[in-house]
Amino acid sequence: MSLSAVVEGAIVRLVRVNAGCGLRSRLTAMGLVPGAELQVVRNGGRGPFIVAVKGTRLMLGRGMGEHIVVR
Amino acid sequence: MAAAAHRRTADEDTVVISGNRITIALAGNPNSGKTTLFNNLTGARQHVGNYPGVTVERKAGVCRYLGYEIRVIDLPGTYSLTAYSVEERVARDFLIEHRPDVVVNILDASNIERNLYLTTQLIELGLPLVLVLNMSDTAKARGIEFDLERLSRLLGAPIVETVGHKERGTESLLEAVVAVATTPPDTPRPAVTVGYGREINREVTDIERLLSGDEALVSHYGGRWLAVKLLEDDQEVVERVRSGAAHWEAVRDAVAKARRHIERDYGDTAEIVIADRRYGFISGACQESVRSSVELRHTRSDRVDAVATHGLFGLAIFVALMYGVFYLTFTVGQPLMDVLEWLFGCLGDAVAGLWPADSDSPLKSLLIDGVIGGVGGVLVFLPNIILLFAAIAFLEDSGYMARAAFIMDRLMHKIGLHGKSFIPMLIGFGCTVPAVMATRILDSRRDRLVTMLVLPLVSCGARLPIYALLIPAFFSPHLRAPMLLAMYVIGIALAVVGVKLLRTFVFKGDSAPLVMELPPYRMPTLKGVVIHTWERASAYLRKASTIILAFSVLMWALATYPRKTHLDRDYEAEIARAAGERNAALADLNAELGLPPESALLVADDLDASAAPHHAVRLVHLRQAIQAARQRFDEAVADEQLRADSSRYHAVQTHHLGELHRLQQTAPELYPLALRLLDKIQGPHERHVAQLEAARSAELLAASSVGRLGRLIEPLLKPLGFDWKIGTALIGAVAGKELFVAQMGIVYAVGDSESAGDALRAQLRNDYSPLVGFCIMLFCLVSMPCVATFAVTARESGRIRWAVFQAAGLTATAYVVTLAAYQLGTLLGLGT
Repeated sequence: MSLSAVVEGAIVRLVRVNAGCGLRSRLTAMGLVPGAELQVVRNGGRGPFIVAVKGTRLMLGRGMGEHIVVR
Repeated sequence: MAAAAHRRTADEDTVVISGNRITIALAGNPNSGKTTLFNNLTGARQHVGNYPGVTVERKAGVCRYLGYEIRVIDLPGTYSLTAYSVEERVARDFLIEHRPDVVVNILDASNIERNLYLTTQLIELGLPLVLVLNMSDTAKARGIEFDLERLSRLLGAPIVETVGHKERGTESLLEAVVAVATTPPDTPRPAVTVGYGREINREVTDIERLLSGDEALVSHYGGRWLAVKLLEDDQEVVERVRSGAAHWEAVRDAVAKARRHIERDYGDTAEIVIADRRYGFISGACQESVRSSVELRHTRSDRVDAVATHGLFGLAIFVALMYGVFYLTFTVGQPLMDVLEWLFGCLGDAVAGLWPADSDSPLKSLLIDGVIGGVGGVLVFLPNIILLFAAIAFLEDSGYMARAAFIMDRLMHKIGLHGKSFIPMLIGFGCTVPAVMATRILDSRRDRLVTMLVLPLVSCGARLPIYALLIPAFFSPHLRAPMLLAMYVIGIALAVVGVKLLRTFVFKGDSAPLVMELPPYRMPTLKGVVIHTWERASAYLRKASTIILAFSVLMWALATYPRKTHLDRDYEAEIARAAGERNAALADLNAELGLPPESALLVADDLDASAAPHHAVRLVHLRQAIQAARQRFDEAVADEQLRADSSRYHAVQTHHLGELHRLQQTAPELYPLALRLLDKIQGPHERHVAQLEAARSAELLAASSVGRLGRLIEPLLKPLGFDWKIGTALIGAVAGKELFVAQMGIVYAVGDSESAGDALRAQLRNDYSPLVGFCIMLFCLVSMPCVATFAVTARESGRIRWAVFQAAGLTATAYVVTLAAYQLGTLLGLGT
């Protein structure tokens, strides 16, 4: 499922990021690599997400939610 | 490696490993405390510049330890060393081309797994490394424990623990750096390779073998590193190998084949698989040497964030903080501004004193009107600007800005901007120059340009004197604050429209996706805030001391020349006549006091008490006391903008009358003489002379280049409700918006007295309607930004064409908008 569908507080694993290499590389360097464990800290339906991954908190734009596949 | 590694350049980047000079580079993630450590090492001995050809900041500094001179380069904070962002390329290029003696990799100890990602890439570059576990106190508090020896062995580098913001561990760091730098090159070093798993390792070695024939490439970059990068399809490396390798086709084909294999076997592109393996390596190393004893689920930061990023509460907190920032800037800054204004006045007087009182010397005029007037006008704002930047620096260092970007992102996104864009806009309220420089925090060039182009619409500090002059002139007290707010709001509204238009017609395409780390909240250090603030304030100062100075002089020249030698009125004669009239009146008074008839003692300001008769001295002192009391009264009324019918006015007036009464009691027989001296003799004379001087200035200005230019463009300005006088002032404002007011003062011949502001306002009220007043402000708000902004926009965007586009676009918009406002207003009969 896509990240946008995940409820606040849930812990999921990253499957894939559907995006260009530049963005994927950036996300990877910040910890979003396939198999990484994420906790969705904030998903208010509008505005950016906040996820916790590898010990940090990242803000991700709302638009990316559809392209980040998790399970 | 040694031979090809040093590229000798002419500037100070030349790396010299000799004697006691060591060069080190600081690398690390953003928010890892790298900057604080850099400050700890170099203190005030830093220099901020640019990497050649790009607008990435280059920070270098010097530090001394044990007789060594250590040059410290603070590389841009990066999460990795790919070719995808300009910061990463710059960092990587520096490391490869300049081969520093030691690379100091700063890690956030409480977040080590993610931080080590960069480390793996540094290890692959094969440079001597020292690892720093910064923020080790936070890690300890979270219950994380490190087996430093093991970790050091696994990573192949010494590890030092530091607490940057408490300045702890700096010495151990320097010790480790010196130890590594002075290790003789042939000492066996534990070779640590980042393993990617058997299959991928094989692919890497195969490609390495293919490249081994290319001596130059391999010795410069390292064979394994090149192979890994080629597998990752790193475009920059591909380019270099293509132009440097003897058998490029073979290499290219082998790489393509290897990538296909990896994708087939692992189900994802090679770079993702390699990235995953890196994390695997990291995870393995951490499992052996890092222990988390306490599982702390919610840190303090998280608890604050639960509120700070939560919908309405978050927004409320944000608004409150922004209000606080502006309150601080405007209220606390005001008295400081007044002091500066007074200081510049004194400076002007002191310089004027070097010439005889009625000298016409161009040099004197140049210094006082041109230099001190122009530059002083900019510097007067320094307190406000410093306070604004300090507040912003505090918010940035505390980590709140990331949350603010989170809250603003939705709104910014709707407009077509990136969430981070609001930070330069916030800075733009102080001065557009550092705001344009702040657009560097935006990653995408498109976002950066769009933000830069509309930034001048955010009313900068320089426009305040214009508002301060015009709003009280045309609007009654209860309309004033709303009018001021309206100007800011209009500016922001136009910026929004501007962005939408730019995005639709010029910069098509989506805004860059928001990816930003939310660092834990931190208490900013005084040192950090000061350095941070100073970086921005110095940009403002540089603007004042270079561009505005140059332009003030230019404007002064345009406003002074050509000099009209045959004036319409014979001012000299009239001034002489006025002096004669005064002397005649004075002669009578002198006689009554027993002074020689031609004595000018009574109107003098400094008195040689010994040479004068006693009662004359008393009279002069009394006169001065009355003058001072009146001045205080005028200032009190002006400061508080008191109306003559208000109760407060009565109170102030009563106080003033009481003062005068007391003065009268001290010398009842001299008091009426003092009044006569002031009100019948000295006062009228001074006013008359001031009037003559001002009229002469106005005539000279009208004849000068600026005046002629103003008349020339008058037909263009008429549809806006403007005349040549406003036109002249607008031309003057090209150097800096602050100069608009000064120029208006000259055009309207109000001279230099304290009540000049009110006199000018009265004249303006006479000549123009409130609608025109509003239109002037509107035009100033939107039109071409000051020269300094033009210059910095050209530099930051890399092309003059954007600065020209900005200037032309804004001026055209200003014209259209003001035209519409004026015509519409006249049609509707508003404020005419």
